[in-house]
Amino acid sequence: MAAATASSWWKSPTQRREALEGYLWISPWVIGFLLFTLGPMIGSLYLSMTSYKIGGTPEWLGFDNYIRAFSGQDKLFWDSLWRTVYFAVATVILGTVGSLLAAILLNQNVRGRNFFRALFYLPSLTPVVALAILWQWLLQPQVGFVNYTLYQFGIEGPGWMTSRQWALPSLILISLWAGIGGGRMIIFLAGLQGVPIELYESAELDGASTLQRFFNITLPMISPVILFNVLLGVIGSFSVFSLAYVATDGGPSYATYFYVLHLYYSAFTYFQMGYASALAWVFFLIIFVLSFIQIKTSDRWVYYEFS
Amino acid sequence: MTTSNPTTPLSGGGTPSTGTNVSRRANRRQLSKFWIYVLLLVAGLAFGLPFFWTISSSLKPITELFVFPPTVWPENIRWQNYADVFTIAPFALFIWNTVIVTSLAMIGQILSAAVVAFGFTRFRFPGREPLFVLVLSTLMLPWQVTVVPQFLLFRYLGWINTFAPLIVPSFFGGGAFYIFMLRQFFLTIPRDLDEAAKLDGASSFRIFWNIMLPLSKAALATVAIFSFIGHWNEFFGPLIYLNSPDKFTISIGLRYFVSNPFESDEPREAILMAASLITAAPVLMLFFAAQKYFVQGIATTGLKG
Repeated sequence: MAAATASSWWKSPTQRREALEGYLWISPWVIGFLLFTLGPMIGSLYLSMTSYKIGGTPEWLGFDNYIRAFSGQDKLFWDSLWRTVYFAVATVILGTVGSLLAAILLNQNVRGRNFFRALFYLPSLTPVVALAILWQWLLQPQVGFVNYTLYQFGIEGPGWMTSRQWALPSLILISLWAGIGGGRMIIFLAGLQGVPIELYESAELDGASTLQRFFNITLPMISPVILFNVLLGVIGSFSVFSLAYVATDGGPSYATYFYVLHLYYSAFTYFQMGYASALAWVFFLIIFVLSFIQIKTSDRWVYYEFS
Repeated sequence: MTTSNPTTPLSGGGTPSTGTNVSRRANRRQLSKFWIYVLLLVAGLAFGLPFFWTISSSLKPITELFVFPPTVWPENIRWQNYADVFTIAPFALFIWNTVIVTSLAMIGQILSAAVVAFGFTRFRFPGREPLFVLVLSTLMLPWQVTVVPQFLLFRYLGWINTFAPLIVPSFFGGGAFYIFMLRQFFLTIPRDLDEAAKLDGASSFRIFWNIMLPLSKAALATVAIFSFIGHWNEFFGPLIYLNSPDKFTISIGLRYFVSNPFESDEPREAILMAASLITAAPVLMLFFAAQKYFVQGIATTGLKG
């Protein structure tokens, strides 16, 4: 806003009135932010330094909760964190590449594009509980669809969610199925359609191959969209909870026990509200640092067009 | 999203050049078209077959569920599975609860997001830009950070096992995503309209209600659709705030269905599939009815975010 540079542009009565009215209109958000976001964040920071069970009074602990987590006293902390990192790396990389490929396919001049777009998108709309139930059945070891299909090719499928080794890959598979065709793909598609056709035309005249055009035109032009998708993808993957909670409940023997499940059980099963708050803050800092790194390094790989 | 869109490199868009190249290039284009259809079909099957299998399983009688090799389509279709969903668990009540929560929360989100977006687009006030950045930054704030104190707050208010925690917050701001979406839309509405109304002595409320909202029907519909789906599918909130089955929404009702054995020990997979499909049906149908809004809504947010 250029006007903001003039020091006291809002000091006249009409402008003051306008400003006042503006605050009034945004006040629902301000109140909501204070009550349901900022307040709870401060509360959670305080609680994270205490031992607190519902109904009692918080008992000051200082950094003990954090020490308990990082020192390995709570084995499940590092254990669930690394498992979550593994899940996030797999789903963000495979998911982003998959969504981009799906968007490229849908961006071709072929018949039935709208049909395929709808078909690809449907899994992302399935409620997570239904998703978990549906896939429990599809991955059923004996008569499930997946193992039956593998059997047709002479492959004996694993026990999937009931197997300690395969449970985590199962959840990655389900997340990809539900995630590839979702909002991320639609955003890529819109990004691809925003690339000026002239760029491709002149590149083709210069004799650039398909792959050259993809790497030298398409990728740079949609890099801001890639950043956006990766940023939200990382946050989403780190927050994985409902799918694991319903499909495997963290099992078998902790094979799918993710960080947020640990947070949930600490808070709502063991009612260690103080410790759970510490876990929440560690989680927040991890997300914050990861987002910060991505945004800070983005000027090296994201191309912004200046018009 | 029109059908006459430019193509991207893989199919080799652009004008054909002169010379002997033309026929060879056309040939290559035909070939790559072929592979594109193959890939589309493979991906389509990967996304579509699980749905088909679920529908097929939901119609199987118990006797046919565990036979090997599994039947692709039930030999004896048992529609009764869908009726059983409603007799084995109070599923109709779950649906009703979800309808109440979803519609109230949706109204709250649309109204308050529109009000706030209006404030951010039509008034100048100190701190407007930083405040809007703050709104956007809450998009990246994981809910896990605030969940424990929020739970304690709602517990203090006596709201546990009521719908209030699932509805009331929607009336305060309606969420950064929707504020952003509506703001983007409001910015495209010419200011002359409100200036003229203002000269006629209209209050800001009248401008908001009689000019902005009627002109923003498409954007409001998009918000309504996303909000509906968000609340219909919501799992975590109901999980921690609702604890008696008569209050359950459909998501946790469905989970309750899985984890609690009812009268018999018979395998219930077919009925579970039916229940899952019933749960997903409203959202899927809404999608087919309003595909256009979905695509526009998501695309705007991603591109301008």
